[in-house]
Amino acid sequence: MSFMRLLAVARKELIHILRDSRSLGIVVVMPVTLMLLFGYGVNLDLKHLPVYVFDRDGSQQSQDLLKRFQASEYFQIVRVADSYPAVTRALDDGDAKMGIVIPWDFSERISQGGQVQVQALVDGTDDNTANVAIGYAEAVVQGYSSQVQLNWLQSRGQSIQPASVSVQTRTWYNENLESSSFIIPGVLALVMSVIGAFLTSLTIAREWERGSMEQLISTPVTAMEIMLGKLAPYFILGMFDVAVCAFIAISWFHVPFRGSYWTLALSSALFMIVVLALGFLISVLAKNQFAASQIALLITFLPAFLLSGFLFSIEQMPIVLQWITRILPARYYVSVLKKIFLKGTPTAMLSADLIPLAVFAFVLTLVATRSFHKRLE
Amino acid sequence: MPESTNSVVVENLVKRFGDFTAVDRLNLNVAKGEVFGFLGPNGAGKSTTIRMLCGLLRPTSGRAQVAGFDVSRNPESVRQNIGYMSQKFSLYNDLKVIENLRLFAGLYSVPSAKLKNRIEWALEMANLKGQENLITATLPGGWKQRLALGCAVLHQPAILFLDEPTSGVDPISRRQFWDLIHHMAAEGVTVFVTTHYMEEAEYCNRLALIFRGKMVALGTPSELKRDSMTGELLFVDCEPLGTAVETLQSAPDVMDAAVFGNALHLVVRNAAVAQPRIEQYLRDHSVTVRRMEKIRPTLEDVFVSLTTTREAAEEHKP
Repeated sequence: MSFMRLLAVARKELIHILRDSRSLGIVVVMPVTLMLLFGYGVNLDLKHLPVYVFDRDGSQQSQDLLKRFQASEYFQIVRVADSYPAVTRALDDGDAKMGIVIPWDFSERISQGGQVQVQALVDGTDDNTANVAIGYAEAVVQGYSSQVQLNWLQSRGQSIQPASVSVQTRTWYNENLESSSFIIPGVLALVMSVIGAFLTSLTIAREWERGSMEQLISTPVTAMEIMLGKLAPYFILGMFDVAVCAFIAISWFHVPFRGSYWTLALSSALFMIVVLALGFLISVLAKNQFAASQIALLITFLPAFLLSGFLFSIEQMPIVLQWITRILPARYYVSVLKKIFLKGTPTAMLSADLIPLAVFAFVLTLVATRSFHKRLE
Repeated sequence: MPESTNSVVVENLVKRFGDFTAVDRLNLNVAKGEVFGFLGPNGAGKSTTIRMLCGLLRPTSGRAQVAGFDVSRNPESVRQNIGYMSQKFSLYNDLKVIENLRLFAGLYSVPSAKLKNRIEWALEMANLKGQENLITATLPGGWKQRLALGCAVLHQPAILFLDEPTSGVDPISRRQFWDLIHHMAAEGVTVFVTTHYMEEAEYCNRLALIFRGKMVALGTPSELKRDSMTGELLFVDCEPLGTAVETLQSAPDVMDAAVFGNALHLVVRNAAVAQPRIEQYLRDHSVTVRRMEKIRPTLEDVFVSLTTTREAAEEHKP
């Protein structure tokens, strides 16, 4: 291994990146764009859900119930409809996500001490939002129901304070249940998949396409020196982007960072090696820029996006998909990211994620080195 | 490097791609300091041979030694001692002239003590002084070729392999390029060069004519012109040319007829005997003959003659 030859390759590769506005754009603009996009654009929190109400009763009691909905930050009554079809139409048009229909005998039944049901119509096109909305609606109605029972008892002259059991919840790690805190750490995995696999898959395939690989391999430079020299600038740029993303996450989006920066650097370096080796392997096999970039996106970016636990939690996936995620390096990296950002898990307790990452890094590097020969066939 | 009078030794070299035999039992020796031309049409196996000699392709069978090292067993030692310019321009277009030179100096491990001198020398040789900071993409074709040559010789290789170095370059730049090649040969560098330009072949000390993977002739340009033609050559300026070529294919004495520019070259066994007979024959077929004379064959004549004989022989094989 000659350091001089390795350096010669690395230096030329860095010049390629700096002179190519598209590569430079991907290195500089893409991480910031992705951070802002996911930080602001993707919001899984439910707040101020637009609600239409149709109050057939129009009594004091029904107004009390609706006030409770209005008071909740999860719902916003956007219109009091005058007919049932007006509610269904609003759901059809998407003007309302939920419709609440109070029956005509609502107050009458309450005063008789009977059972009464309130109808809630929910737009189930987004099942996640619908489920959450139903839960909140049930809670609101439950609260009203308890109040009614209490009032009834008190009206009978019983001044006892009824016993009640309630759950006092306290959320750990992501105290405010902000979905941005859940999502943003995982953006790092996306950024690195693009820098690592996508960009490197282009650069090596480009050499084959332009014929410069033939000139390169006619010199005494070894396959290992070509590989390391080509990947070194991307490694450095990728690590730089990790720092930029972490900075934006912490200082701009106020995502808590409770772990160690060294663990962040270590896990990022391991994941970077994984995606670089993958990108290299792809371009060695594809030898064509277009095919290489498509394959790179397909096998690194997409899984990092869909199956890494970045947006969708792995525990809720079908069991088969859960098994598939085990062979995805991004899954382990995203898991480490979430733990060191939100939980501050000590490095020693991250071995379940760090060891698989290290194994992937080692095996893929080995395969990538073996795959590249200084031959034209 | 082991001492040897031959820089390149090729014995029974074969390269097959599937069913296709690109190089068929090639044998040749190239002496130190020689400018050796490898001449043949596109697809004849020139590039395949040069790539095997540079260790870029593995020979199917046979043996090749370059600078005393076996190309299959010791390709890295071969590479340390050669400079190679591939057929397609393959430096980095987005790098500056000086950056390309520094890159190849690094790849060839030119020691830093020598680096400045070697780069100066290469710039001087390639006539690119003062152009160091130009982006390579903006250079005219001839300059690019000279830069590529400069990059290939930074480490003072003993042997230089040039694969169609002047294709797509204007005639004046081509001429300058060949001056450079001879300059290097004078300094003791062996130059192995492929071309399909016949006039360039004349600049070589020795030539191998290759056709369909096989060597059909080997010698100095004058040897080839003297010995390799079967028969003699007649130059015929006549009209109409098309009719003349057609009728002459079946004329007595004519072994081959080909259009060269706006005249014909005929191969005959004996020019003195054939000339009056052909003149008569053409007149009988209402072709006006303006001029007819015996000429010395050019390399192109030799090449056409050798390849047509070879083609005819292959077609008659069962």
